[in-house]
Amino acid sequence: MNTKKLQSTNSHAKIPLICNTDTVQALILNNSARIVDVRKSEEYLQSHIRSAASLPLSQILEKEPSGIIEILKNLGVTDTLPVVIYDDTFGALAARVAWTLQYVGHSNTSLLEVTYSQWKRMGLETESNNNKFPKVEHAMRINHKIQADASYVDLAKEQENKFLVDSRERLNFLTEHIPNAKNIPYTMLRSDNNILRKPEEIRRLIENRGMSTDSEYITYCGSAGTLSGLAFFALKSAGIKNVKLYSKSFREWKLLGKVKEEFKDANYWDLSAD
Amino acid sequence: MNDNVNSDSKYYNNPLTRPHIKWGKLEEANNFAHKVKLFRQHALSEDDFRRFRLQHGAYGSRLQMGYSMVRIKIPGGEITPEQLEKIASLSEAFSIGSAHVSTRQNIQLHWVQLEDVSEVMRGLAEVGLTTREACGNTVRNVMCSHFAGVCAKEEFDASPYSKAIAQFFLRNPMCQNLPRKFKVNFSCCNEHGLVRIADIGLVPMINENGVKGFRIYLGGGLGAASFLGHLVEPFTPENRLLSTCLATIRLFDRHGNRENMARNRMRYFVHEIGWDIFQRMVFKERSIVEMTMAGSTLESFRVLLEGHQREVFKIQNKHLELPILNTQNTSTNDSFNRWMNTNIVHQKQQGYFTAFVTLGAGDITANQLRVLAASIRELSIERTARNTPQQNFAIRYINGKDVLNFYTRLADAGLTNPGALTIASAVGCTGTTSCNLAITNSHRLAKEIEYKFLELQYDIDEDLRDSTIKISGCPNSCGQHEIATIGFFGGASRIENSMAPTYTMLFSGSTGEQGELGKTIMRVPAKRVIDILRKIIEIYRQEKSGNETLKHWIRRIVNGAGTGNIRGVEDIKRLLSPIAQLDPIDLDPESYRDYGTDIRFSAKTARGECAA
Repeated sequence: MNTKKLQSTNSHAKIPLICNTDTVQALILNNSARIVDVRKSEEYLQSHIRSAASLPLSQILEKEPSGIIEILKNLGVTDTLPVVIYDDTFGALAARVAWTLQYVGHSNTSLLEVTYSQWKRMGLETESNNNKFPKVEHAMRINHKIQADASYVDLAKEQENKFLVDSRERLNFLTEHIPNAKNIPYTMLRSDNNILRKPEEIRRLIENRGMSTDSEYITYCGSAGTLSGLAFFALKSAGIKNVKLYSKSFREWKLLGKVKEEFKDANYWDLSAD
Repeated sequence: MNDNVNSDSKYYNNPLTRPHIKWGKLEEANNFAHKVKLFRQHALSEDDFRRFRLQHGAYGSRLQMGYSMVRIKIPGGEITPEQLEKIASLSEAFSIGSAHVSTRQNIQLHWVQLEDVSEVMRGLAEVGLTTREACGNTVRNVMCSHFAGVCAKEEFDASPYSKAIAQFFLRNPMCQNLPRKFKVNFSCCNEHGLVRIADIGLVPMINENGVKGFRIYLGGGLGAASFLGHLVEPFTPENRLLSTCLATIRLFDRHGNRENMARNRMRYFVHEIGWDIFQRMVFKERSIVEMTMAGSTLESFRVLLEGHQREVFKIQNKHLELPILNTQNTSTNDSFNRWMNTNIVHQKQQGYFTAFVTLGAGDITANQLRVLAASIRELSIERTARNTPQQNFAIRYINGKDVLNFYTRLADAGLTNPGALTIASAVGCTGTTSCNLAITNSHRLAKEIEYKFLELQYDIDEDLRDSTIKISGCPNSCGQHEIATIGFFGGASRIENSMAPTYTMLFSGSTGEQGELGKTIMRVPAKRVIDILRKIIEIYRQEKSGNETLKHWIRRIVNGAGTGNIRGVEDIKRLLSPIAQLDPIDLDPESYRDYGTDIRFSAKTARGECAA
């Protein structure tokens, strides 16, 4: 997409990938962004961030790109209007929606750095209006660079300059994973109060592992691309340029009967107190 | 209102009443990250890296050297709520979302990727914890009885001494390359504590002249070959504590076997040379130490000790007894009563109680750790927890009036299982869940025993109360099976052409100053251990005389002094043997699979890393 042209023809600024609460409050005040709540609609109706629109995750999973574009139009999102997305599930659902919007061509999409619970704990403004927005136009420009499918992953797993990142928790990873995948559990990427650690910390974790930040990264998780969606944004925020999401993730991989790496020589599940 | 206890700020803000020692160092975390990179780039040899890694508390995981078990030292077993919360976060971020309480008062995080170990260390350093010298040929975590300071039988509180000794030897150049690991255990009294199974075991005592000191035992330890420690002298005054420890470590460093990894613990040297000779060597070495030690060394130890002295809680409380029970006839109340009977003990401080948190083989989730931390912060006057060699937590200084509140808070998090102080609280090392040396899944077996025994309500049977069950997944005794009333260590047995997981059962081990090592009885297939235990209890109930407990009856059987049908070990073996017999694999495939797996058993092990 030609961002230069967009910037020159539009008043909306490009917002950071991860927005802090101050930025979001300013955007709300100036009515210069669409805030999107991806929790269930009944949760939205109870209360949500002031001026937010409702877009439950379930509405976008399995939808074709044209359907996603239709949703954006109905939410009054033009090609350049900043969109900030939040959830109450440690950022994973928000990340999956945000990735989808970026994929269909809405690059000016970011994540709120806190969950809705944290927003409320901080005493920031909420409301319960069922907000509606006048319909606008939005073009579709599929961003193939951020998406990977099974056949792409199949090739990538053997390629030296590509890292396959499994975002599931450690015990799931040990049990089985795509061959050569590196495990970076989503739990590693968050901090006590924010959905993601600071970019420099994420960078340090990557560098500790001897992984080059110039390489291509492909994230995946168990099924719907939520945990790996969060990892997608974590890696992007840490300054890694080339990140892709394998959105159909390990569930599809297994359904396709593709080869897995398993580890059966230890009974690690029995160490869990859950 | 009692101003000594209830004026929160005075105690919560008093630096003397809470731990303030920074055991960890951030630069060690950075250095570890650096060394991992060098190792990955082949700039550091595997042997050199392994020594370094173990020195810093990271132990290789079972058949997956890319992962580590990170062993966090908890000196004296004392841990703050902030430290528990940090461990919770670290376990979620870098481990498996649960932490594990070991039998030597460490807390272990398992299956941490080697490249993340430095991040764990970094987090630990933020809250003052360290993994330094938790593994390798060093002075390991210094233990102290979790009753120290509250035990009615103790002569004085040994906790400050345990921490001062830990601090003196941590990073001390003299213990960076010992022939093998070195363990120091403090107790509170002659009953509690593991003083005779350590290289140095210490029981606090005050002599007839009112001088503080210790009864010190040397050369004990459990393992493939186990020995009980020997008493050095009737009384070692406090001012000779450091020199006695220094002399012992110097002798071990000089004379310990550095050739044969299987026999290089100090106990082998003591055994080979003979106690009388070793004792004389200690006295002589101690004289040399005392004559040559710089005054500043002694002074620095005195300063450390003073730093750990806590303000004595002067309890003058009006709540002399626990809350009246049975006030309501609800099922919750029944659970509460049961928990009270099996998880609560009186302290010597009248009106105050120690509550035990029963963990399945020492495992606790991150969320449970957070709930525990919050409860401790609010309801324990000393505002810390102690972890126990029974793999539980002891929360002390709970006011009688707060006990129900404490229970209620923990209940929501699933932390109020009863049975902590009973036979139901089985100990199990990590076994095949993470250890290279393990043959069997001792960890899961301990949990299975706990579930089953609680279901059978063995925890409320007074006759079983003082018995213990401890399980190791191999002969190396991390599960301390040799000091259990009924102990087990894992192995493999060939039956026709198939291998089955089995345990060797031992009877009548015990702890304390009069402790004894268990005697080997027989082999039991893993999947028959619970049946065998139930049978033993059934036989005991038929055969016991008078009020004797299971523990006493078993001791009598082992000594061949039984009455009635069971006079000695052979009699009980005869009754148990049919249960221990396995059919061939095609008739009983279940018995040829260990707990926690659906694949056929095979004894897989890799090189142990206890000795670097």
